Amino acid sequence: MKSCIPICACLFSLLLIACGGKEEKKEDGFSVTRTKTEQKSESTAPVTDEVPASKRVILDEKGVGQIKSLTLDPTIDTAMAEAGAAIFKTNCTACHKPYKRFIGPSFDGILERRSPEWIMNMILDPQLMVEQDRCAKDLLVEFNGAAMANQNLTVEQSRSILEYFRTL
Amino acid sequence: MNNIKSNFKLKQMKKISYSVMALFAAATLFTGCNQQGSANGALSSSAAEKVYVAPGEQDEYYAFLSGGYSGNLTVYGLPSGRMFKEIPVFSQFPTSGYGYSEETKPMLNTSFGFVPWDDLHHPDISQTNGELDGRWIFVNGNNTPRIARVSLSTFETEEIIEIPNSAGNHSSSFITENTEYVIAGTRFSVPVPQRDMPINEYKGNFKGALSFISVAPETGRLDIKFQVLMPGFNYDLSHPGRGASHGWHFFSTYNTEESNSLMEVNASQNDKDFIAAVNWKKIEEYVNNGGGTKMAANYAHNVYNDETHMGTTTMKKEVLTVDPTEVPGAVFFLPTPKSPHGCDVDPSGEYIIGAGKLSADLTVHSFTKMLSAIEGEKFDGEAYGIPILKFEDVMAGVVRSGGLGPLHTEFDGKGNAYTTFFISSEVVKWQLGSWEVIDRKPTYYSVGHLMIPGGNSRKPFGKYVVAMNKITKDRYLPTGPEMEHSAQIYDISGEKMELIYDFPTHGEPHYAAGCPAELLRDNSKKIYRLDENKHPYAVTSPDQARVERSGKEVHIYMSTIRSHFTPDNIEGIKVGDKVYFHITNHEQDFDVPHGFSIIGQNTSELLIMPGQTKTSIWEPKQVGVWPFYCTDFCSALHQEMQGYVRVSPASSSLPLSWSLGE
Ligand code: HEC
Ligand SMILES: [Cu+2]
Repeated sequence: MKSCIPICACLFSLLLIACGGKEEKKEDGFSVTRTKTEQKSESTAPVTDEVPASKRVILDEKGVGQIKSLTLDPTIDTAMAEAGAAIFKTNCTACHKPYKRFIGPSFDGILERRSPEWIMNMILDPQLMVEQDRCAKDLLVEFNGAAMANQNLTVEQSRSILEYFRTL
Repeated sequence: MNNIKSNFKLKQMKKISYSVMALFAAATLFTGCNQQGSANGALSSSAAEKVYVAPGEQDEYYAFLSGGYSGNLTVYGLPSGRMFKEIPVFSQFPTSGYGYSEETKPMLNTSFGFVPWDDLHHPDISQTNGELDGRWIFVNGNNTPRIARVSLSTFETEEIIEIPNSAGNHSSSFITENTEYVIAGTRFSVPVPQRDMPINEYKGNFKGALSFISVAPETGRLDIKFQVLMPGFNYDLSHPGRGASHGWHFFSTYNTEESNSLMEVNASQNDKDFIAAVNWKKIEEYVNNGGGTKMAANYAHNVYNDETHMGTTTMKKEVLTVDPTEVPGAVFFLPTPKSPHGCDVDPSGEYIIGAGKLSADLTVHSFTKMLSAIEGEKFDGEAYGIPILKFEDVMAGVVRSGGLGPLHTEFDGKGNAYTTFFISSEVVKWQLGSWEVIDRKPTYYSVGHLMIPGGNSRKPFGKYVVAMNKITKDRYLPTGPEMEHSAQIYDISGEKMELIYDFPTHGEPHYAAGCPAELLRDNSKKIYRLDENKHPYAVTSPDQARVERSGKEVHIYMSTIRSHFTPDNIEGIKVGDKVYFHITNHEQDFDVPHGFSIIGQNTSELLIMPGQTKTSIWEPKQVGVWPFYCTDFCSALHQEMQGYVRVSPASSSLPLSWSLGE
């Protein structure tokens, strides 16, 4: 999967050259050999946390917000998951891709890292979570200060997105 | 010069208020003896407490001040005097893109074409049973006669209707007790219908159209129900009857001389002009029974739709006119001294106050006396077939104020009235019934209108009065020859008025309207719901974002959210194209607008509210790669919120392509 990307990019630029009038000679810009330091420096991320917030497993934490406890039925409600997918598409895809990090984190296997309550609270009131929940706060730092948007969803709508997340 | 200088010095000593001319030295004296104590010490600290709204706290009242020649309406808080918003109504407004975006351009259409400015004078809040209901606020455009309805949920202009046969739409926009009608009277009389004729044949030939615009109870939709074609006077201001006088509307008139030149002299010849009392219920009945004459006309009706986020214009071709002499008992003239300006009705509906602006006194007419005079048919002649009542028969009292140049009156609901005096720069408090003056306080300077929240309804909230002045002079740090006008807030909860605050206003406020904050706060809209967005060019999920070409027209369906545009790289645009950026803001959170601007845009930026779609046209003239960006600091990554459009020569065959993050 990964190795496909450079090839695609190559093809793409070939295509451009083929059809686009005059094309600038490709300048590669400057490059510095440096590896991106993970955000564990100084005061921002606590030194003790080696694991980036997006990878951290915090299944025991419910987060901060109106959802205090939630038990999931062992079987996935597919109708609910479908409704959730539709809401996700209009409200969330501007910043999230289900399987890929974009503006915000990927949701691949999210239920193995987060409790259902934590996820619901993050969707329903991200401002409060970022202020008061340790992991949410660290996520904000990890994602360069990009804000998780409050899309003003109802509890029911958020619940169906959660069901959709279970299918990922 | 010397005079002005010494005047100024005196003012600084707070002993005497500014007076316009030496001619009115007497006026200066009047205000001079009514000064309050020095503005320091205990007194001023208690005033400070009264207007202080601590950080994070909110004001008790909303105040909507007209912007006059700004064409807009401004929203303030009372008692703090803080400005919250400027609502564009009759003027293009780059701050939001109103009148520049494709969706809002139709709002400014008229029979004269696109008119991107007007002179906004008199806001009035909708009422139910004579009390403010906080649904809409209506305002008038004076210059190219129009009436607008502004939503008090979105605080946006939702509708504008042009008024045919009118000119200098000034005795407007006043609404009846149950918002049945918005009433709009012409200031200037004109030939009706308009035609080519000698100006000096004005007398007897020109007409003054008084328009009664119905308001649909649920939607607020406006429609000119009928126009009463009155004699060719100037119809200056007006107010509806209420309570017992509900069903009547009162208009002040001047230039009953019907002169057409050097009005300054020629319109001030008659000792008395009139207040016209119009029984609109009677005319409504006449019209409902098929009365009136349909006249060909041409006027614009512009409606904004919250779901499509779009305004549309319909040109109307006909208006129903009524000759008042055909409806017996519908219109009467009440003689009123000296070119009355303000025409205000007290909360009970019994008293009609005419402020003869060239006089020192106020004339108060009684509605009950008027009815019995009409019943007794005690007329003092007629004007163009309209009966004139006898002054003595309708007059309830005279307020001998001692001020000069009375203009407007508001009420506190506790039996008192407050009148502004332009020439002597003061507000005078007097009692209804006894006509006794209770208190007077100077204003700074040359006050026009004043406003008590609900002060021209059945239920005023008599805690503060705001005086809106025409002259500012030394009140604030000087800002060159042009300055914002000044306003003063007085606490009127006690027997005597107390000046508690002074603040600058935007444009030139004429009238204003106010109401308790509770009436509006909870209905104030926070976002537009994306799933209710019916804009034909909206994209409701980013995967619908695309670019389409048809001939030289290119439509870019773009979405935004913190902090990127989808798409943000666009190629295949050519010089000579007409590019439409249709931008949908995908935020669904309160107070997260995004802006859009692109280099060389010949209109203005757009400011797009959450869930809203707005469109801007861009006609690229030069080959190159041109950036666009978000103009509203929306997040920590706002500076990253940008994109590029590649513009190729007109002859290029580069196909359209678009992307984000590729
Ligand atoms: C404006 C961009 C944006 C939108 C729109 C957005 N998010 Fe997010 N989201 C983020 C960012 C950025 C983060 C990382 C946390 C932070 O920066 O505060 C995040 C984090 C999250 C997390 C936590 C993920 C984790 O790994 O713990 C969840 C769950 C989430 N978002 C769900 C949603 C849902 C559901 C929607 C749609 C209703 C949505 N987001 C819409 C930007 C967005
Ligand atoms: Cu932005």
